[in-house]
Amino acid sequence: MTRRPGKGRRTIALKDRLAPVLISLVSVIVVFGGIAYFVGSAPQWPRIQLQFFSVEAMIEAAPGVARGFLVSMQIWLISLVCIGVWALMLAIFRAMHGPWFAPLRVFAIVYVDLFRGLPALLMVLLFGFGIPALNLPGLPTSGLFWGGVALVLSYSAYATEVYRSGIEAVHEGQSMAAKALGLSQWQTLRFAILPQALRNVVPAMLNLVVALQKDVALLSVLGVRDAVREAQIYTARTFNYSSLVVAAILFLLATIPLARLTDHLARRDRQRRLQGVL
Amino acid sequence: MTSIIEIEGLTKYYGDRLVLDAVDLAVTPHEVVCLIGASGSGKSTLLRCINGLTEFDEGSVKLDGVDIYDESFGRTGLYKRVGIVFQAYNLFPHMTVLDNVTLAPVRVHGRQRAEAEAAAMKLLELFGLGQYAKAYPEQLSGGQQQRVAIVRSLATEPEVLLLDEVTAALDPELIGEVLKIIRDLKTQGMTMVIVTHEMGFARDVADRVCFLDGGRIVEQGEPHMLFGNPQHARTQKFLERIVAAGRLQAAG
Repeated sequence: MTRRPGKGRRTIALKDRLAPVLISLVSVIVVFGGIAYFVGSAPQWPRIQLQFFSVEAMIEAAPGVARGFLVSMQIWLISLVCIGVWALMLAIFRAMHGPWFAPLRVFAIVYVDLFRGLPALLMVLLFGFGIPALNLPGLPTSGLFWGGVALVLSYSAYATEVYRSGIEAVHEGQSMAAKALGLSQWQTLRFAILPQALRNVVPAMLNLVVALQKDVALLSVLGVRDAVREAQIYTARTFNYSSLVVAAILFLLATIPLARLTDHLARRDRQRRLQGVL
Repeated sequence: MTSIIEIEGLTKYYGDRLVLDAVDLAVTPHEVVCLIGASGSGKSTLLRCINGLTEFDEGSVKLDGVDIYDESFGRTGLYKRVGIVFQAYNLFPHMTVLDNVTLAPVRVHGRQRAEAEAAAMKLLELFGLGQYAKAYPEQLSGGQQQRVAIVRSLATEPEVLLLDEVTAALDPELIGEVLKIIRDLKTQGMTMVIVTHEMGFARDVADRVCFLDGGRIVEQGEPHMLFGNPQHARTQKFLERIVAAGRLQAAG
């Protein structure tokens, strides 16, 4: 059996290892403790606390806001699936070359230009109020549905560009090899390019996922009873804003882990690429 | 003997730049032809015109007397009969070695997966790669990856193999294992067109060496003639530089 290397080769004294940790810890406590003390001792703090951080109001508002938050999460999840599929289709349209696919390519380019250029809120208002007002037979009239459609259309434009960058990042030698093996254009995408492209885009796509989670709140302008709407209803009734803070906390609880996961995956991806270079 | 590949008047521009200038080249079955020349002399472009990877502007390429753009080849016939291996291996990194090798037989030529895998395993073992069938390309050395790439191009049982600087990306100690495979293929009678910077290898393995310069085949002949007694001034100058760089021992 071989001896594990490292042992006794270069030991760092416990003291030297702990010092940086202690310094970080103490400095963080001092800085943030200082801020907390400064804010807490301000003469206006009790009013601020009552208005935004009232524990009773929070508890009272929590069930309604939580129910709304579940609605938000449902809209978020369903939209995510639709965006993932629709944007992938658009990215594939965009990636097909040859004269026969020109209409698809043009469609994808115009689509992305159009929907990336419009504010999401404008889209939500246009679809959520505009289309139900037409009373078209056979189409749903719910603001929730059309608001969701607006979000999907809008976010798909961004997601298409993310997919496209992932497809273009795959080295052209890959498609040349696939062509030389006799794979058709579609087979080349399906078997050679897309599996690599999808792996490339995970970190960038997660950024969109987090952004969408927050933008679901836009649907509250349509009267959809999501977390923000429920919190507003409570505020309108009691003139206390703690319910909005509850909604804020719920959003943070959901987005921060996702953001950390994004960072983690991006870091791992970078390391993998670096290894590939070495 | 009739030619398996017949190139006539092949001309190709990249924009305004003439890269191939009315090239004629015929390759007979079981012949090994090496294309040598400085970077930018058009040798890789010429190679890629042979299997239709690069389109050309004038001239014609025939395989077994049939124009490569003839409809009788269908979309995939030419690729099946003429394989190509690239400098950068271009293996698919998300697939195992076995999947890389069976992709074309299964997806393009409609063979049963089990049958294709058995054939692929046989080929991999033949080239000493059997134990890597389930490995991913990044787990292999450059030399092993390039050998897999060669096996992948052989999986469709091509009649002609095009090799595009297949050792140029390899560390010197890994070049030998790849060159050995090419020698084995020559022994088995494979027709090959090889673009290479390995002059010593070209001298050993080629039946004929073509020196390209400025998009033309300036001089061609049996290796001992071309390396030992080059007739053309440009060939002499090129070979002098190669000898000076230590890439080829001076003849004699």
